[in-house]
Amino acid sequence: MEAIVTALPYLLDGLQVTLYIFVTALILGLIIGLIMALFRLAPLKILNWIAKIYIDAIRGTPILVQLFFIYFGLNTLDWISLDKTTAGIITVGLNAGAYFAEIIRAGIQSIDKGQTEAARSLGLTSSQNMRYVVLPQAFRRMLPTFTNQSIISLKDTSLLSIIGIADLTQQGEVATATTFEAFKIWFAVGVIYFILIYLLSLLANFLERRFELR
Amino acid sequence: MSIIQVTNLKKSFGTLEVLKDINSEIKEKEVVCVIGPSGSGKSTFLRCLNKLEDITSGHVIIDGHDITDPKVNINKVRQDVGMVFQGFNLFPHMTVLENVTLAPTKVRSDKKESAKSKALDLLEKVGLKEKANSYPGELSGGQKQRVAIARALAMSPKIMLFDEPTSALDPEMVGEVLEVMKQLANDGMTMIVVTHEMGFAREVGDRVIFMDGGYIVEENIPNELFGNPQHERTKLFLSKVL
Ligand SMILES: Nc1ncnc2c1ncn2[C@@H]1O[C@H](COP(=O)(O)OP(=O)(O)OP(=O)(O)O)[C@@H](O)[C@H]1O
Ligand SMILES: [Mg+2]
Repeated sequence: MEAIVTALPYLLDGLQVTLYIFVTALILGLIIGLIMALFRLAPLKILNWIAKIYIDAIRGTPILVQLFFIYFGLNTLDWISLDKTTAGIITVGLNAGAYFAEIIRAGIQSIDKGQTEAARSLGLTSSQNMRYVVLPQAFRRMLPTFTNQSIISLKDTSLLSIIGIADLTQQGEVATATTFEAFKIWFAVGVIYFILIYLLSLLANFLERRFELR
Repeated sequence: MSIIQVTNLKKSFGTLEVLKDINSEIKEKEVVCVIGPSGSGKSTFLRCLNKLEDITSGHVIIDGHDITDPKVNINKVRQDVGMVFQGFNLFPHMTVLENVTLAPTKVRSDKKESAKSKALDLLEKVGLKEKANSYPGELSGGQKQRVAIARALAMSPKIMLFDEPTSALDPEMVGEVLEVMKQLANDGMTMIVVTHEMGFAREVGDRVIFMDGGYIVEENIPNELFGNPQHERTKLFLSKVL
């Protein structure tokens, strides 16, 4: 118990960093995902290609390689200088963005064409149609897969400890080095991640009920 | 002057030519019913009138605006052309009232309050005022279609297009929808109605257009077209449906 009490301040610091990176990366991922989904569906070939290349590049490479490329690779260019946290957020955000893009595209395409036809026949522009008719319905359908991807992204943040970001995982190592109680500390770190993910699922369930289609 | 003028309208899907050479004029306040066998191009014709389908060639002039001209703002023209679909296409995530007020508030920037009171008037007209706060999923087919009509009317269109508005309904609900359409016709709305309801065409239509194979084969006042068809294909079709 003593080990946990000693370790707790470290772990809570780490938790803060993890949460900060997770939330920022998630927002970044959602914005990129929405833009790339719209690019994928746009009537302009060049936009389709940009989105497709981005999505394939992210899905076709390990996230750790993406992290190293962004943090070590890009930083060798003299007009780029990214600190660890920014590099971490960009990596997780870009990574989530590619998966979100596919989720959002599938969600949009799952909405009956008749919805768009009704909206357009009333005089709505194609962006008003997206905003008021298609996306709200697609959003509800996407929520379960959204939740899955968010959970994966949360877990992905633990990889960032490799470049020395003081997230929950990194702080677990620090705490272990201080207390020499690897079993207890890593168990505690696991429990904290578990609770986070549990809360995330609760939030998702709440949203699903809130936006239920009647 | 005619409110709708269609000249040499052609429409192809890829290599399939669906509308071959359509010419027609529709006057203000006229109720035109379009009949014809499945696949003859009735829906495609209707959907070319508000450019839900891209027009391959020819001209469609709606209230003076040639919608085949890329410079014409189609969203503006569509505000004057309401459309009612076979499958209702109500927005399931919005209440009945929100369905009806969406376009007036977002497209025409009406004030919420005035849009709401107008919507309630329209819902009263179609007999569904008490359903204003229900969701489409809670309505019967006939009720859904009446809401869809109210939704289209909320933009105060000059023209209403109906594509088989009663074909997806249980027989006992057809009457309530036709009743609303009849009332609309009596109020002087310009209407084009693709329908299999020959009784409605005969009673309410000012003119009936018979389409087959991508052409308008024959058009006439209902009594003449039904009582004295001129073309073999019309006779054959009518013998099957009457
Ligand atoms: N989006 C499309 N792509 C390809 N072909 C199409 C498309 N829409 C319609 N068609 C074809 O065009 C032809 C005419 O279709 P349309 O829906 O206009 O017929 P219709 O007269 O309305 O028939 P119905 O009474 O069955 O509704 C059909 O052969 C149909 O398969
Ligand atoms: Mg049809």
